Amino acid sequence: MSAVMITRKVRKWEKLPGKNTFCCDGRVMMARQKGVFYLTLFLIVGTCALFFAFECPYLAVHLSPAIPVFAVLLFLFVIAMLLRTSFSDPGVLPRALPEEAMFIEMEIEAANGNVPTGQRAPPRIRNVQINNQIVKLKYCYTCKIFRPPRASHCSICDNCVDRFDHHCPWVGNCVGKRNYRYFYLFTLSLSMLTIYIFTFDIVHMVMREFLLFLIRRDTQAYYACTLELSTLKETPGTVLEVLVCFFTLWSVVGLTGFHTYLISLNQTTNEDIKGSWSGKNRVQNPYSHKNIIKNCCEVLCGPTYPSVLDRRGLMQEDSTVSAASAAPSSSSSISNAVPQTTNVVLRLQKTTAPLIPNEHTPDDAKPSIAASAEKSPSPREEHPPAPKVPPLASPETDVEDKTH
Amino acid sequence: MATEFHNLQELRHSASLETKVFIQRDYTEGTVCRFQTKFPSELDNRIERTLLEETVKTLNSYYVEAEKIGGQSYLEGCLACATAYIIFLCMETRYEKVLRKISGYIQEQNEKIYAPRGLLLTDPIERGMRVLEISIFEDQGSGTSSPSSSSMSSTGSAR
Repeated sequence: MSAVMITRKVRKWEKLPGKNTFCCDGRVMMARQKGVFYLTLFLIVGTCALFFAFECPYLAVHLSPAIPVFAVLLFLFVIAMLLRTSFSDPGVLPRALPEEAMFIEMEIEAANGNVPTGQRAPPRIRNVQINNQIVKLKYCYTCKIFRPPRASHCSICDNCVDRFDHHCPWVGNCVGKRNYRYFYLFTLSLSMLTIYIFTFDIVHMVMREFLLFLIRRDTQAYYACTLELSTLKETPGTVLEVLVCFFTLWSVVGLTGFHTYLISLNQTTNEDIKGSWSGKNRVQNPYSHKNIIKNCCEVLCGPTYPSVLDRRGLMQEDSTVSAASAAPSSSSSISNAVPQTTNVVLRLQKTTAPLIPNEHTPDDAKPSIAASAEKSPSPREEHPPAPKVPPLASPETDVEDKTH
Repeated sequence: MATEFHNLQELRHSASLETKVFIQRDYTEGTVCRFQTKFPSELDNRIERTLLEETVKTLNSYYVEAEKIGGQSYLEGCLACATAYIIFLCMETRYEKVLRKISGYIQEQNEKIYAPRGLLLTDPIERGMRVLEISIFEDQGSGTSSPSSSSMSSTGSAR
């Protein structure tokens, strides 16, 4: 009698399984460890700041004002690509809902037949023929799905990602189908920026030294043309920039080259590392168009796939709270939820979404509307009907149901 | 049109969910989005084979249109790249436009064909584009509202 049901609206990202962190109310999606991403950002912004502070005034005056302008544009493009890669959904495949998982289990059992006790069940693999090549689809025990071709499970983010390339700590996110082109453009533009800054650092130092040489020659105080430390004392930032650029060049340009090679063959890093299409046993890449231009066009100019993870959709969440205590204690998710999006509504009997489903009602809530609509004519105070929360494959909601 | 939607609502109000059937993806043509046209045996006495096949074929053609790599997708890609993809904040991509069309088509198919037969299609985008989910509701006649007593007894099985 003293139990009160609180129905709250939460955004779906709050209930998503997996080890991602979300910001800006679900608009931004990243991996859990972001330390290296901050380092990347710091290195890029720091080096460019030094460039704009030390090199650009000199070069704009002595060479051309177009140099800093182009540097600014390039810098903005690099940052835009980095943020786009880091903040977007790489192509995460949502986990199977319970009914789907059960359906697949039944199919597997039907296919395997009766396994005698004590014997290990055969591995769950589906074979599919793509382009005259047999591709094995593996079953993911975490997500309870058969992974589509080229998908892989990222253990760091605990998600299956479509067209999984690799998990990049430098961008703090997985690189998959949806953000691979942004990642590639990021490495490409960063290579260009690094080469640009490195080149103009050298040009700047040479110009200063040459000017000094001319001054000394004119004043009859001629010395052998050696690089004096005076230039470096005037522009100390240059040394730092040159150091950073020198070490960045090798890694980033190398990475860009590697990914250009992968794109021309329409392969992912994951497939390359595993040697899936290395050519032994006459195994060939079934996804390649055998034409470099076509492969590049497909990867870089292909359609922009939408995210199938509905992060900002609303869902109902119910929990019982004893009316005696002011603060809800039984439900752990309330403390996790971001307050700005919750609507705490006290109801004595549970009705979820509006009885008449409109286009905003999530489809998986519609069967529960049918279920709840039947229950509403007969309220039972002692035991409020256990709510059929639209399941989004999160173990926490199931636990809450059982605590009633 | 209004009458048909009324039937869909009544279906949701009065019917109880019996089971769900999942039509899987067809990967024989690669990673493009395509669903199998194989008819599930659970729907044998609920709907005609040709109707479901027609629906799946139309959906497949929509997805082919969305993922087509041609002049328009190149233009969109290059334009977006030139603007550092900021243009996607204001512009809807072709894929999203086709997804809206698909959602409208599924709604229409549900109203006209599936709801009167006690079935409900779920848009694949809500299942991660992995499956086409068909919910089978208990056959309570041709979509007319049934007395609540019979549906109350089946609430336990709806779980």
